[in-house]
Amino acid sequence: MNRGINLAMIRDLPQRLIAPLDPSLMLIAGLLLLMSIGVMGSASPERLNSQLINVAVALVVMRALAQVPPQRLMHLAVPVYLIGLLLLIAVALFGDVSKGARRWLNLGFMRAQPSELMKIAVPLLLAWFFQKREAMPRLSDYGVAALLLVLPVALIARQPDLGTAVLVLAAGFYVIFFAGLSWKILIGMAVSALAAAPLVWTLLHDYQRSRIITLFDPEQDPLGKGFHIIQSTIAIGSGGILGKGWRAGTQAQLEFIPERHTDFIFAVFSEEFGLIGNLVLLVLYALLIGRGLMIAANAATLFSRLLAGAVTLIFFTYAFVNMGMVSGILPVVGVPLPLISYGGTALVTLFIGIGILMSIHGHRMLVQK
Amino acid sequence: MEFKNPQEELERFRSRLGVAGGFVLFCFALLFMRFVWLQIIQHDYYQTRAEDNRISLVPIVPNRGLILDRNGLVLARNYSAYTLEITPSKIPDLEKSIDGLAAIIDIQPKDRKRFRKLLEESRNFESLPIRTRLTDEEVAKFIAHRYRFPGVDIKARLFRQYPGGAFASHMLGYIGRVTDRDLEKIEAKDLEANYRGTEHFGKTGLEQHYEFDLHGNTGFEQVEVDAGGRAVRTLARTAPLAGNNLTLTVDAELQRIAEQAFGDRKGALVAIEPATGGILALVAVPNYDPNLFVDGIDTQNWKELNESPDKPMVNRALNGTYPPGSTFKPFMALGALTIGKRRPEQLISDPGFYNFGGHVFRDDKKGGHGMVDMYKSIVQSCDTYYYMLANDMGIDNISAFMGQLGLGSRTGIDIDGESEGVLPSQEWKRKHFRKPEQQKWFAGETISIGIGQGYNAYTPIQLAHATAILANNGVVFRPHLVKFITDTRSGKQILIEPKPTRTLTLKPEHIEVIRNAMVGVNKEGTGARAFAGAEYVSGGKTGTAQVYSLKGAEYKAGGVKKELRDHALFIAFAPADNPRIALAVLVENGGFGAQAAAPIARQVLDYYLLGKRPKAPAQPDEAAVEEDDE
Repeated sequence: MNRGINLAMIRDLPQRLIAPLDPSLMLIAGLLLLMSIGVMGSASPERLNSQLINVAVALVVMRALAQVPPQRLMHLAVPVYLIGLLLLIAVALFGDVSKGARRWLNLGFMRAQPSELMKIAVPLLLAWFFQKREAMPRLSDYGVAALLLVLPVALIARQPDLGTAVLVLAAGFYVIFFAGLSWKILIGMAVSALAAAPLVWTLLHDYQRSRIITLFDPEQDPLGKGFHIIQSTIAIGSGGILGKGWRAGTQAQLEFIPERHTDFIFAVFSEEFGLIGNLVLLVLYALLIGRGLMIAANAATLFSRLLAGAVTLIFFTYAFVNMGMVSGILPVVGVPLPLISYGGTALVTLFIGIGILMSIHGHRMLVQK
Repeated sequence: MEFKNPQEELERFRSRLGVAGGFVLFCFALLFMRFVWLQIIQHDYYQTRAEDNRISLVPIVPNRGLILDRNGLVLARNYSAYTLEITPSKIPDLEKSIDGLAAIIDIQPKDRKRFRKLLEESRNFESLPIRTRLTDEEVAKFIAHRYRFPGVDIKARLFRQYPGGAFASHMLGYIGRVTDRDLEKIEAKDLEANYRGTEHFGKTGLEQHYEFDLHGNTGFEQVEVDAGGRAVRTLARTAPLAGNNLTLTVDAELQRIAEQAFGDRKGALVAIEPATGGILALVAVPNYDPNLFVDGIDTQNWKELNESPDKPMVNRALNGTYPPGSTFKPFMALGALTIGKRRPEQLISDPGFYNFGGHVFRDDKKGGHGMVDMYKSIVQSCDTYYYMLANDMGIDNISAFMGQLGLGSRTGIDIDGESEGVLPSQEWKRKHFRKPEQQKWFAGETISIGIGQGYNAYTPIQLAHATAILANNGVVFRPHLVKFITDTRSGKQILIEPKPTRTLTLKPEHIEVIRNAMVGVNKEGTGARAFAGAEYVSGGKTGTAQVYSLKGAEYKAGGVKKELRDHALFIAFAPADNPRIALAVLVENGGFGAQAAAPIARQVLDYYLLGKRPKAPAQPDEAAVEEDDE
């Protein structure tokens, strides 16, 4: 008897394991991961094994989150945010300096990068915040939300880690946007930001200005900061329509592309697979985002909706900022290509996002039930 | 408080999702347009840039042309050796790296000094040798430890070598590392491309003058390189073309005998083939070892060479200027004949002095030479004759005639930086002095000009050149060292055409008088002791140039410090009837010309005309002092 139950349990195990997983999200993410492995095999074959381990860890985390009900996540919102904020303050005070930036906190047994946590913690908290305001949110609520957002963003920006700051800011902004901040205010903010730009420009130091000029016109500094972006645009442009073929990109194989396994992996992909490859990648991201937005549209609670919408758009931010900077239309900030770039931290964060989406999708009927 | 309407709220949320979705598609469309721009419209441009990145043209430096003497003896050549090179821009702590290298490869303090000097002079991104001429064992040792020394590499390079060491160094010159000033010269010739990869440039002597002939054509190798500049594989290759060889008019053996004839004395000797202007020997001693300069000279050797009181870096043959002393007299006599101020047989009476406006100019021979004609004036070197003659001719006639003989102007020899010397004239004085009272020429100043003293100052090559003109009956050839240049590509010999540059209007009978008198010098006059027993007939003239003004006191060689002793001079040509060689010898502080300079000329002429080799350097002939009454 016991034996039979065990057998049944074992037989049903795969079924039970994959039950909470959304097949379409799983399919798209799986294809992207396959592409990642392919590009990694060209850009940095020696890192393939460790990236496979990263993928395995990320999938386990995703699976775990996929069955955590959104209500449970809501309870976690405040403590996670507070812990993240405290860690960020700790980093600012005692963090390790690496490559000129103070981002890491040495916890003795491991080094943690608390800013990464905030990519999820901030939308989580803001979604919780708007859920708690049962009534139509008033302007003052948006003010509070903005404050809750700006606090961690400012701490991250001064590490300095512009890439993560942009991502966290965007993630938080998406929640506020979805919560219904009026168009008047949104447009007003955009206009005043544009109007303030020249004023800010006059306040900058010369070196800051020249840095900004380099961001937009890399040829000004072809051997310094501009080198990366010049080489990556050459890689993309020389790839042509069909690409040079897997492991046949000269810019990649002869190491002209910097950071070619992390932030600039798109240049490698684009050189070797051309415009066709780029189109495939864009379509996969669009499908991933579309599926996420659908999940948000059908989510049960305000909290779930806001969280799902924001998490989905995080993928968009990653993809757009990364491809934009590598192809030379956005300034260079350290943002990886989602699900493709090497690195465990970003991968785990992104799969937490996917796990949350799956959980929201899986629990969409709970209220009705 | 406004309560929310769940349905309305959901609608609004969904519309915002729609906006977000639209924004996402808009942004992705932007990206896609960017990709189309880069990958279709601009594809060719980026394709080219990727190829430019990938393919690097690596210059292959050509072998420098050889320098050979007229008989094909190699005077400058190349050899290949391994050097240990450091690229300073790739190394954060140079001293530490060098210390590390010193632990496995022998690096002497002088290597470090030389490296530091190169570093100061270097252009950026250049790799500089810390050690040259590595042994095979050292090469193997370094390769085993190479991973520890990024920015340090072993390179096979061609080195210039002067097999004779210090031999003929002032003529050959040397090469050294390319400096900014050399770069300007390269740019002026629009040869930057051909000089890519070239690290050496001719600095002095023939190496400098014929730099662009010796250099050759740089070859190129198309290699695929990675971002670090390391060659991955070779795609194509254009071979370099070695520089052209120079074959000199110089006879190396004659040059050697002439150099050795000086012993350890300082001085210069220039021997010219009168019929062509080809230089047979160009000696300036002391000389220096040009090999020291090839890999960059170390500071200690540099200091020694520059600070030595003997000034070994000065090319005395071209840059030393000396009063010609009595070697000036034959030219004075020729001038007098040409402008009709004297006839050969015209006699003057020499009481042993010449009184000009109350000032007495003394003749060396007490009581004078008696009745003196032109022949006797040259053979016995009678000063009074020339004091009078100078006064009769006047300074402007003298300078005009001497100018035609090339005195006081550059001879145009194929070595750069030749000195002009001083051919005194009224105009020269006006230009040379600043104070008005000094700018005027005094008639009294003309008197000592006549015996080759006063403002007169000429280089040894000018004296040799003037002697060659006399020996060649007034037909002037530009003195030159290179006989022909061998074009490497075609193998053709490009002759440096010995074309006469001008012919002086001299009467053959006048030339005959002077040459005859100079033959008399070596037969029965001041050169007779040095040329006793010669198996050929030669013409000569001794000279002594005052370094130290003796205010009326008798000059005694032993009584004066060596640096203040007179310079000894001798000019000569031989054989007398059809001269094949004309020369000028100068021995600094050698004393009388007959004593120090004439014996050197004898050894050179003996070898050139008879193939006779001297057993020892020319010994100063102390006994000649008594007879040399200059």
